[in-house]
Amino acid sequence: MTQSFRLESGGFINRDKKISFKFNGKNYFGYEGDTLASALIANGVHLIGRSFKYHRPRGFFGAGVDEPYAIVQLYRNGETEPNIKATEQELFEGLKAKSVNCWPSVNFDVGAINNFLKIFLPAGFYYKTFMWPKSFWYKIYEPFIRRAAGLGTASTKHDKERYEHKYEYCDLLITGSGPSGLASAYSAAKNGAKVILAEDKSRFGGTLLTSEVNIGNQSGKEWADSIISELKEMPNVTVKNRSQVFGYYDHNMLVMSERISDHLPKTKKFHPKQRLWYIRAKEVLISSGSIERPIVFGNNDTPGVMLSSAAKEYLKVYGVLVGKKPLVFTNNDSGYETAIEFKKNGIDPIILDTRKEPQSEIIEEAKNMNINIKNSYVVVAAQGYKKVKSADVAKISDNKEELGSIENIECDCICVSGFWTPTIHLASQSGNKTKFNEDIDAFVPGISKQNEKTLGAANGIYTLEETLKDSFEKGNLLSKKITNNENKISFPNVVEKKSTVHDKFWCVPLPKGKNYKRFLDFQNDVAVSDIEIALKEGYRSIEHVKRYTTLGMATDQGKTSNLNGLQLVSKIENKVVPAVGHTTFRPPYSPVSIGAIVGREVGKHSKPTRKSPMHSWHEKNNAVFVDAGVWLRPRYYKRGEENLFEASKREARNVRTNVGVCDVTTLGKIDIKGPDAAELLNRVYTNAWLKLPVGKARYGVMLREDGIVMDDGTTTRISENHYHMTTTTAQAANVLSHLEYYLQLVWPELNVNVVSTTEQWAGAAIAGPKSREVLKKLFPKSDVSNEGLPFMGYMEADLFGVKAKIFRISFSGELAYEVNVESDNGYFMWEKIIEAGEEFGIQPYGTEALSTLRIEMGHVAGSELDGRTIPYDNSLEGLLSKKKDFIGKRSLSRKAFAAEDRQKIVGVVPLDKKTSIPEGSHLVKDSNAPLPNPKLGYISASCWSVEYDNPFSLAILKDGKNMIGEKLFVMSPLKNKVIPVEIVSSHYVDPKGERVRS
Amino acid sequence: MLHIKCPHCGMRSQNEFSYGGDATVKRPELGKEISDQDWDNFVYNRKSLRGKHWELWQHLSGCRQWIKVQRDTATHEIFKTLKANEEIS
Repeated sequence: MTQSFRLESGGFINRDKKISFKFNGKNYFGYEGDTLASALIANGVHLIGRSFKYHRPRGFFGAGVDEPYAIVQLYRNGETEPNIKATEQELFEGLKAKSVNCWPSVNFDVGAINNFLKIFLPAGFYYKTFMWPKSFWYKIYEPFIRRAAGLGTASTKHDKERYEHKYEYCDLLITGSGPSGLASAYSAAKNGAKVILAEDKSRFGGTLLTSEVNIGNQSGKEWADSIISELKEMPNVTVKNRSQVFGYYDHNMLVMSERISDHLPKTKKFHPKQRLWYIRAKEVLISSGSIERPIVFGNNDTPGVMLSSAAKEYLKVYGVLVGKKPLVFTNNDSGYETAIEFKKNGIDPIILDTRKEPQSEIIEEAKNMNINIKNSYVVVAAQGYKKVKSADVAKISDNKEELGSIENIECDCICVSGFWTPTIHLASQSGNKTKFNEDIDAFVPGISKQNEKTLGAANGIYTLEETLKDSFEKGNLLSKKITNNENKISFPNVVEKKSTVHDKFWCVPLPKGKNYKRFLDFQNDVAVSDIEIALKEGYRSIEHVKRYTTLGMATDQGKTSNLNGLQLVSKIENKVVPAVGHTTFRPPYSPVSIGAIVGREVGKHSKPTRKSPMHSWHEKNNAVFVDAGVWLRPRYYKRGEENLFEASKREARNVRTNVGVCDVTTLGKIDIKGPDAAELLNRVYTNAWLKLPVGKARYGVMLREDGIVMDDGTTTRISENHYHMTTTTAQAANVLSHLEYYLQLVWPELNVNVVSTTEQWAGAAIAGPKSREVLKKLFPKSDVSNEGLPFMGYMEADLFGVKAKIFRISFSGELAYEVNVESDNGYFMWEKIIEAGEEFGIQPYGTEALSTLRIEMGHVAGSELDGRTIPYDNSLEGLLSKKKDFIGKRSLSRKAFAAEDRQKIVGVVPLDKKTSIPEGSHLVKDSNAPLPNPKLGYISASCWSVEYDNPFSLAILKDGKNMIGEKLFVMSPLKNKVIPVEIVSSHYVDPKGERVRS
Repeated sequence: MLHIKCPHCGMRSQNEFSYGGDATVKRPELGKEISDQDWDNFVYNRKSLRGKHWELWQHLSGCRQWIKVQRDTATHEIFKTLKANEEIS
């Protein structure tokens, strides 16, 4: 294909560098500096996709972020990305893109039948129709809608690109590098303020790139270039292009997405694809400019109908003609500027101006160039299906209600200008109370809530001189306040052509007997008739009208449609626009890729991974790991072809018969020091702590104030005023915060300090009848006999030159010890234990065996202490002191907590002694009872008892106390299982606890 | 994201803190008789205020101190922050 719509010269593209790309399988060429849109238009391609609802042909409407139509599926470096605007995507060598929302192809789309069935697809169609019959939804409606609709396909592959997050602080954040952004950034930078200037596009300058103005004897573009290059040299200024500030949050926090590599064929090594900036700015200057709004007329969605400013941008920036027979339809002077640009390039445009006798410098220039101008004329309807072929036009009466006779004018594009809408999204997001400006028929920022000010066109100021003056001044004033420094800048001489007032005309009436679709929202196919239906059906609030009709709800968030929608509602409702109000602007201003939001926190990096000092030993010995909170713990150590079940049984059995060793480094550890440490423990734990002797450990349970068990663990008195507390792995952080809360806020008079030492100590649990033999070998100089180190005893000892702490505590119910050494010595300790234990058949065991051992002993853990149970439920009521008060005690006297038939922990054994019981299953009395079958309890934890070689579970069961010996059913609808079971004591093994004391 | 002035560390982002609820609730004294109603008020019943609200935050990823913050629940404006031992005036 040839670039038959490309001019010989002009624009800011590099004609020396040809770039090849593919669209819908066809090869094309563009130039360096093109967007996908400008390159396609240069090649005469105007059919880009199909519309969302009616599958009508779609072309280009804008030239940037406001584009509602030209959304493509992009292919880059083996990856694919949906929802890419062709008007924003810069061209790179080898770019591939495809149309979306069409099937089987953009030229022949089956869904276009909707266009002829449109009478059946009015506002709220989906709500009304696809509701019945209900059973049709999953099988028929949804798959159909899914295939027919949608704006592209997300990749199902892992995204190999890297995305970064960056946190930044600055004095002034300036959003947009048009005249107001440049002027304010320049004066603020000169005052020494720390400035960030963000530009969404690749080129700086905004409208200065396309307007015929003169600043200080330079063209607008030259002036912009010189300011930018000066700013880039200043150390206190950060200038960023391809960076969209898309969200304004509380306390002047703004978020910006920087597209670092999207314009390159491939991301450079060590570079991220995109970077998300979290910017905390002292002051924000919003210089986001304005977006041209369309005038509504029949078939105004036909490819070839586009904003007049976009046509001008394609011409001036890319050297591309959007058409060779242009019709300009305008209600203000901007359309003339576009027409003049066409004329300068040898193209004869026709201007249709809705105004009767407008006069201004710009209009004068157009007349002098002999441009055909038709006053009081409107476009009634565009003709042509896949591209504009002609326009039906007519004279319009002074009251704008009567159309004259219809004439047909041949044309290949219609450039429409309905005046300008300030881009107030960021201001509105910041909480600014916007107000309606009658002069420009649009909302502008009003009273600020946060430290922001809006400049230039975004504030409804449409002349360059005024914009520059105001922006220089605001930049100067705000930065002076921060830096106490002032560098006055002399104001440059500005030359611009004066324009006259616009016509408050936005919608062409329908001619008699014609029923053209007149679209308000181009991406969501919302037409004038849809809004009329919504209002007829009783929708009044603009927020409801929006949701019912989907006006302004698509990925372009109504950038081109909102105001015309408001005009229509206010007209039908006979209200003024400010009384209707606008819908809430919410971030993001334009779509942001999920990758950028997620940043580096992907997969394994979504949270930190903590490894014990013995981790590499576990790895070397075939450990299979499991996530335990943020920790990686060995689940089991695989031998040969063993599976989880076999390995964990072997490991648990070895603890019961010989000796095992388990890495318990992950247990939370809190160091507690101070003269009131005992008093603190006495208040935090439910049992008595004041008389615990030095060198002794005690098991304790702590509650929340509502009486629910929070955590359990042992705490050891190391010396008079020094305690070592252990918590469960999962609750370690919460328990520390809990203690800090009471010490800092509730009982500040207690003289105690707490600090987490979880990562300072490596821990190993040595458990089993032969554990003492192992200990004797490890600590030959210490007396570790039953008398020297009794159950719940503590001693400090020497482990081959390393300082160790030995706690005689047990989680497995066997004779057991926990040895702690400083983390750096953890690996050494572990190797020594394995070495010393070899002759006793020591085996490492993982969390699965650990669970088995604790379950068959009836020891409660996280699955029972699940935030729903009180001490009684866990058979921990023996640990409730009657003599003293403690956190949560008062709650235990609540009626429900003291009920006679309260739930309680029990053991559950299947009658056949074979069928494993799924965790989470329900316990019921009668498995055949009609639904809903009353639930008596639930299975909290299951294991295969190695002691009895049959399945065993723990359950929390209503009236558990009196249920021992009962026969019930376990039901798991999820696994489709019904298992007859017997309720037994939760202490399945060694109910008297003799082993731990042996 | 809020910007909270920790009385110990200075201005910090919200993601360094965790929220701790109403700062004006006083825990009943240990060992003292208390009616069911009063206890329920302490444990469960909270006003969901619109407007100025004294609340607790812990500077979890900083100094680990619990602090008192006066915040407008509607606008998120923060008026004042206090150390744990400073009385709300």
